[in-house]
Amino acid sequence: MLTLTLILLPIFAGLITLATKGENAKVLALVASLVELALGAYIYSTFVADSSTQFGVTYNWIASAGIKFAVGIDGISLVLVLLTTLLVPFIILSTFNLAYKNASVFYALILFMQAALVGVFTAKDAFLFYFFFEAALIPIYFIAAVWGSENRIKVTFKFFVYTLFGSLFMLLALVYLYLKTPTHTAEITALYEVSKSLGVTEQSYLFAAFFIAFAIKMPLFPFHTWQPDTYVEAPTAGTMLLSGIMLKMGTYGVIRLLLPIVPLGVQAWGGVAVVLSIIGIVYGSIIAIQQKDMKRLIAYSSFAHVGLMSAGIFAKNLDGLQGALVQMLAHGINVVGLFFIVEIIQQRTKSRELEQLGGITQTTPKLSVFFIIIMLGSVALPLTNGFVGEFLLLKSVYEYNNWMGAVAGLTIILGAVYMLRLVQKSMFGATTALTEGFEDLNTSEVATLLPIALLVIVLGVAPNAILKVSEPAVSQLLSIINH
Amino acid sequence: MNAIIALSLFGISNLFLGFLNNRKILLPATLLFILIALGLNFLDWNHEYVWFSNMLKTNNLSVNFTTVILLSALLVVAISRGFGDDEEHSHPAEYYAIMLFSVVGAIMMVTYQSIIMLFVGIEILSVAMYVLTGSDKRNLRSNEAALKYFLMGSFATGIFLFGVALIYGTTGSFDLNGIALSLSHIKKQELGIYPAAPILFAGVILIFIGMLFKISAAPFHFWTPDVYEGAPSIFTAFMSTVVKTAGIAALYRLFSVSFLTMYSVWGNPLVYITCITLLIGNITAVYQQSFKRMLAYSSISHAGYLLITVLAKVPGTNSSLLFYSLAYAVATISAFGVLILVSEAQAKAGKPDESFDALNGLAAKNPFLAFVLAVSMLSLAGIPLTAGFFGKFFIFADAFSHTSSIFKGILTIAVLMSAVGVYYYFKPIIAAYLKKGDIEKIEISPIYKLTLILTTAITILLGLMPDLVKNIF
Repeated sequence: MLTLTLILLPIFAGLITLATKGENAKVLALVASLVELALGAYIYSTFVADSSTQFGVTYNWIASAGIKFAVGIDGISLVLVLLTTLLVPFIILSTFNLAYKNASVFYALILFMQAALVGVFTAKDAFLFYFFFEAALIPIYFIAAVWGSENRIKVTFKFFVYTLFGSLFMLLALVYLYLKTPTHTAEITALYEVSKSLGVTEQSYLFAAFFIAFAIKMPLFPFHTWQPDTYVEAPTAGTMLLSGIMLKMGTYGVIRLLLPIVPLGVQAWGGVAVVLSIIGIVYGSIIAIQQKDMKRLIAYSSFAHVGLMSAGIFAKNLDGLQGALVQMLAHGINVVGLFFIVEIIQQRTKSRELEQLGGITQTTPKLSVFFIIIMLGSVALPLTNGFVGEFLLLKSVYEYNNWMGAVAGLTIILGAVYMLRLVQKSMFGATTALTEGFEDLNTSEVATLLPIALLVIVLGVAPNAILKVSEPAVSQLLSIINH
Repeated sequence: MNAIIALSLFGISNLFLGFLNNRKILLPATLLFILIALGLNFLDWNHEYVWFSNMLKTNNLSVNFTTVILLSALLVVAISRGFGDDEEHSHPAEYYAIMLFSVVGAIMMVTYQSIIMLFVGIEILSVAMYVLTGSDKRNLRSNEAALKYFLMGSFATGIFLFGVALIYGTTGSFDLNGIALSLSHIKKQELGIYPAAPILFAGVILIFIGMLFKISAAPFHFWTPDVYEGAPSIFTAFMSTVVKTAGIAALYRLFSVSFLTMYSVWGNPLVYITCITLLIGNITAVYQQSFKRMLAYSSISHAGYLLITVLAKVPGTNSSLLFYSLAYAVATISAFGVLILVSEAQAKAGKPDESFDALNGLAAKNPFLAFVLAVSMLSLAGIPLTAGFFGKFFIFADAFSHTSSIFKGILTIAVLMSAVGVYYYFKPIIAAYLKKGDIEKIEISPIYKLTLILTTAITILLGLMPDLVKNIF
């Protein structure tokens, strides 16, 4: 029942937000997202750390197609639900200094998006998963296309058509599997059962169908061409939603559907996926090093990070999956922090070009501290949130294949290069015409960055808060995969 | 069945109403007539009757299709607004009467038991449509469209009739079940050496071509874009919903009852035709600049999806077909409803325009119209939580449950083409919401607004609860 509330609350709040005018929309959306966060925290605190699905409800929805409205939370879902409920308040808070046109619609769309995301992460029925997967696309499309910058129309259109194209293949795969179930049901666990009767060839096709859908969403090399442009053109809140939460729909989909449904397909083709992921890590990092635009740099870093998560997931061992889950949470927090800092710099200097920036530290002690903490988290320094995930992921890839592990390990070095370059070029050095008299953070900005910086450290010191919760569910999933 | 009789009488009385000097009465009268017909139609629910010496036969399927046809007609009439105030050049009484007559033809096409009645139905429907297409007498394009439609349509009807003659010659029957019975005596393996086989095959294929022309399947689609574009938008809306539904229902009835045993003869050509229709409809739509022409190609592409159900012929396809027709009809009427208002506003502003650019900036001052347009486009594109998604979903599921491996190929094309569809259906949405334009606030009459609310609501409702229609059997 709680899960249902978690999905419905943002929808209702969004509808009410639509009816408000001006400043009220912001506040209302923030309050709603905080209530949602409290709900998320309550669920986390009462969650029993075993492999069962909790807080679930099931309704018959579309009997003729065997589709049920079945939602519930297990250890894996919980991490993603936490991620969503945690980040949305920050995302909303980060827009407090901005005045958007038609603000009520803007905030309503963010809330609708949140509902769809929670839906994706809690769906227990494959078609329901698909609906939410697609439904999440519509609000983010409009957020990016209406409130984005100059080139937005073309770029977001490509993003929309590209991702929708991918998920159509997933739909085909789901319909195929659904028709194979003896009772014509699309419950995800029933699909796990069905897959046992499928041969390698069949599973390979299904693997391809699922893989295209999720690889475009994450995105993996070479399906990433929509990503940097969209991240740059979208308004920062949209970019945060995209990179912080939405790309996790792809990685979550791989964990929840792809791995357990087509284990033989993964056995046959998982290697390709790992290689593509690793190419993405190196390729994304190298391009990130050369970027001049801060937002684009972070976009490519995000592309590199998700490559590592995906490599760990396709290595399909306990460390890989656990590492990916922790990293999803950590990456979400860090990337929201980073994009927010870029937004702050852009608001004050009207520029994101590294060449034109520099010397900001001289007037901004608060911003500098937060920026460096979040940057270190992103570089995966020990005792920050990035470290645990990255360590586990690299370990798992190394176990999967030593050479691949070694190449993937480049992420540590390359990551440090581009992140340090980002901070150095923008914050240190001589002051430029644009950064002259840069004002330090105001209250609402501190209110956003302080909790993020704290989370970077807390999750780095106590990663078990997440690992322990997800472990039983992950182990059970692995037993299905490797049965 | 009483609907046919009633509508014929109503059509005539509409002509007489035209003698009154009060034009305002025509619209409500026509709406009332269609509503009465809709009520009469439900009398046949759960009654399998044969009518007029075995000429027509009602069953639940035909009642359902009649409902879709009457509903589409009702909605189209509701957005006709009495055909303007142009006293001299518009003839509302005649238009409404002709529309009612054509609905009679459409209903005959879904309830026929004898192929002769199918022919009569097609003719009633088509002749009425030729006239309506050319009803904008002073518009060159309208005249051209009418002539084109008439010439091509007559040929198609001729081909169809020739096919009927050949079938009658080989089976000795016009009756759907009579033909099926006669064909069932021929064993499958003997089909090739059956003496009259060439004539039989030719007959089936000729009938087939005639029907495919009516639903504008490729390669018999060339008339569609020109006719759709040339005809007044209101009649284009009528054509792309009522005519399409009647055509596909007639095709389904004929081939699922009479020629089921001859699947091997028409199945293979239909596979290719379905694929070509999907490819041509969708890919050509991408290159259109005119919104109206894009809708014409979209109508071709939807014919392709509908043909998949005819091909799949598994249990349950009839409800998939029904669902898809309904979803397509309401979304199309929404789209035309918005197009009519916008193009009129543009014409008033002195720059008549039916391209995508005409929609630029629609959302700024007309959020309601933009929303209606967006929902209808999302539904036609098959995005989840709209009726169009489930339409496609049920069709894909039907095709998948078919064992023949050829369906995997068709499905792949269908899925790829759905993705292409997203591309062109988003153009109007982008124009309306994201581009800048100077459309002023458009006044909408209450009944028009109600219609658009209704079509949008049905689209969303069926997207959330498709079982309302899917489980009707």
